Amino acid sequence: MAEILKRNKALAVNPLKASQPVGASLAFLGINKAIPMMHGSQGCTAFGKVYFVRHFREPIPLQTTAMDQVSTVMNADENVIEGLRAVCEKSKPALIGLPTTGLSETQGTDIKRLVKNFYTKHPEFAHIPVVPVNTPDFTGCLESGYALAVKATLEVMLPHKSTEVGKRKKQVNVLAGSFLTPGDVEHIKELIEAFGLRPLVLPDIGDSLDGHLTEMESSPLTVGGTPVTDIASMGESIATLVLGNSLNEAADFLKEQTSVPDFRFDSLMGLDAVDAFVAALAEISGKPVPEKIERQRAQLQDAMVDSHFMLGFARVAIAADPDLLYGYARLVTEMGCEVVAAVAPARANILNEVAAAQVGIGDLEDLEIAARKNGAQLVISNSHAVETARRLGVPLMRAGFPQYDLIGGYQRLWVGYRGTRQAFFDLANMLVEHGHHEPEPYVSIYAQRTGEAHAASAAGQTH
Amino acid sequence: MQAKEIAELLNEPACTHNKKEKSGCARPKPGATAGGCSFDGAQIALLPIADVAHIVHGPIACAGSSWDNRGTRSSGPTLYRIGMTTDLTEQDVIMGRGEKRLFHAIKQAVDSYSPKAVFIYNTCVPALTGDDISAVCKSAAEKTGVPVIPVDCAGFYGTKNLGNRIAGEAMFKYVVGTSEPLPVPESAQRPGITVHDVNLIGEYNIAGEFWNVAPLFDELGLRILCTLSGDARFHDVQTMHRAEANMVVCAKALLNVARKLQTDYKTPFFEGSFYGVTDTSMAFREFAKLLNDPSLTERTEALIAREEAKINAALDPWREKLRGKRVLLYTGGVKSWSIVSALQDLGMDVVATGTSKSTEEDKARIREIMGDKTKMITDGSPKALLGVVKEYQADILIAGGRNMYTALKARIPFLDINQEREFGYEGYSGMIELARQLALTIQSPVWASVRKPAPWAKSNVPGVELGA
Repeated sequence: MAEILKRNKALAVNPLKASQPVGASLAFLGINKAIPMMHGSQGCTAFGKVYFVRHFREPIPLQTTAMDQVSTVMNADENVIEGLRAVCEKSKPALIGLPTTGLSETQGTDIKRLVKNFYTKHPEFAHIPVVPVNTPDFTGCLESGYALAVKATLEVMLPHKSTEVGKRKKQVNVLAGSFLTPGDVEHIKELIEAFGLRPLVLPDIGDSLDGHLTEMESSPLTVGGTPVTDIASMGESIATLVLGNSLNEAADFLKEQTSVPDFRFDSLMGLDAVDAFVAALAEISGKPVPEKIERQRAQLQDAMVDSHFMLGFARVAIAADPDLLYGYARLVTEMGCEVVAAVAPARANILNEVAAAQVGIGDLEDLEIAARKNGAQLVISNSHAVETARRLGVPLMRAGFPQYDLIGGYQRLWVGYRGTRQAFFDLANMLVEHGHHEPEPYVSIYAQRTGEAHAASAAGQTH
Repeated sequence: MQAKEIAELLNEPACTHNKKEKSGCARPKPGATAGGCSFDGAQIALLPIADVAHIVHGPIACAGSSWDNRGTRSSGPTLYRIGMTTDLTEQDVIMGRGEKRLFHAIKQAVDSYSPKAVFIYNTCVPALTGDDISAVCKSAAEKTGVPVIPVDCAGFYGTKNLGNRIAGEAMFKYVVGTSEPLPVPESAQRPGITVHDVNLIGEYNIAGEFWNVAPLFDELGLRILCTLSGDARFHDVQTMHRAEANMVVCAKALLNVARKLQTDYKTPFFEGSFYGVTDTSMAFREFAKLLNDPSLTERTEALIAREEAKINAALDPWREKLRGKRVLLYTGGVKSWSIVSALQDLGMDVVATGTSKSTEEDKARIREIMGDKTKMITDGSPKALLGVVKEYQADILIAGGRNMYTALKARIPFLDINQEREFGYEGYSGMIELARQLALTIQSPVWASVRKPAPWAKSNVPGVELGA
């Protein structure tokens, strides 16, 4: 069990954290024809939008209640109602996500009441679900905001208890955590389909943010994602797969409301984690594991054996949101790596289970200090850690949010046997390329090789 | 190369293989032969000479599948890493244009890369069509003013081992003795230390491992005229005849060079190794003995005492991890006992060792070090090796890279000990790397992962049960 080191300094240097409203928005972006509207100043939304546009290289629908000075001081209730009306009227969305921000939370907004007021005032929009969620940025991080939004969506879409488990015999709910990339979600769906099951993924960023050209040249709403009508049918599924410890509360609610049995997975990276997942699919479907998946498993095992020479004893530093941190730490320790520096931006239960002696709550400076002190050879973190890794003189494996400087980073497959295998290859290659395991070139004091002074000095030696 | 010359090379009086049933180098058996050809052996022996353009004369298969395939390191020029071949075409072969192409190839190499010398490796096809590479080399050398050395090593001449000898022969015939060493620079002279010139023969500086040892030579005042051929230069090879003592490092590969230096220049030599604490110390003692310099002997003993104390302390934490682990060692010749002593230094238990390439002398030495209980393995087929691993409950297989995937596919920890490996184990400090790599693979959690059946599987996965 990892020891959790609390934040102990006033200044966050090279922050690791992305805010809760940004995380909540991401969850809503995984729902079809939806739009998130942050209740805050327009800057809250603008920054969030740029953040996602740069990461996903996609247009991102994101609106704002645009609180200004007057509404901030006096009352911003009208901003919410007016904002909802404008979005409904203009874009006719299938769902509106309404995350609060630090600004509106500090002001003291009662976001759920405002949604009720909106329906009272505008009964013509009663068919458009609005999902309010409290996500101040002064607590939590991207992951927790996302999880809160998923739970809030379920609360809005499944208001009543139901007892229709298994009415749709092949339908399996998937609560997909924020640690999954669009590529991951896509692969998970393929795995489920390989067992003859129909995945209902919430949120499905694999369908909305996977980066695909469409007939539609522009859209004010998400293109792709979980169909809103499907969410209401989650109570008729035969099982729920919960991916990510952060979604446990959302999963508790879903189970409570629908009685659909669930299977929970804290990670889908690494042999053991994927084994558990595949075994669950076999159990749910009552079908044998398809040949193709068995083969992928055997390929992973071969890759593990091949790459353990490079990864064994490798000292790894990881900074990421809690579920990701847990997943990567588990992934690399399965190969014999040691996680010598681990940092998460915010507290979460799963941090106790991270495969490291200590987990710091903090920023990339904390990671850098710990990594330097403990002689890390490789950093796993987001694009902000480029400079961290450079100063440490070690390679960086980009993972998590945001990945500004890696084309296709958002799409990378990490999970499943295939994703794990590629991750091991890439990590091993990084260590080979940046390996310092060879002795420094040595030039004898007696050597008189004319014309080689340059090569010798480049190797740090003198004649 | 004529049959007579090959027979001469096969007869190596200094080699203990020469006696008894294993006289000379055994001929390969069709359908039951592993290992490289003479071209392979010659190229491997000489390629590390860093400032030479190494041209493979033949169609693409020879160079195409072997260039840049070696872990040797240079502290200076990297010309040896540039793959060069005449890449003969069907037209060249049919029309007899091989010689012409070779001549132009040499010229091109000299013009583009200004090498200190050019080595030409002859291969099967031009050997068969009868290209006179010696004549081409001679005329190309005259034309370009750069030494061009023919290495007549067609694959069908014989084994890799023969190729090593051909390489040594070529060096001795064309290169050694063609230049004099420079005087020892004044700046490198130290009071009380007489500088002695020595050669290391058959040291390849794999993964830079010789740099673990080289500083100790400087400290003792031993000037290495040439390491044949790790991190060597053409000029180094030219001056080898001036050494006062030679060490044949590791196996018999270039024994003929040492023997000829002894016959023609009266340079004494010994066989040794830098693997393991015991052997590294032994190597320095042998030099001191051959050089017969009391001051050197004294300084050597002091150095050994200091280094051994240092390394023993540094190895202690690793010994904890490795003590009692059971090793199956499968490697050839001298390495079979030199590595044994390194493993025993680490507290490991060598339960079996390969002896297919070892001499009677080597075997006696093995028995001496390991006792009679040790299994000697002569059958190196994957199936046989895995059988022994199982029978003796070995924790790890240590062998050449060729056997790596045999072990890995059978889910057995493995350490690569041959030339393709990526880590250097020589010298005192190399022991740390060796211990680290051993512990890394033995302790790796992947073995448990890959031996475990899938949760939905009813039967066990293949793989070998490990020892305790």
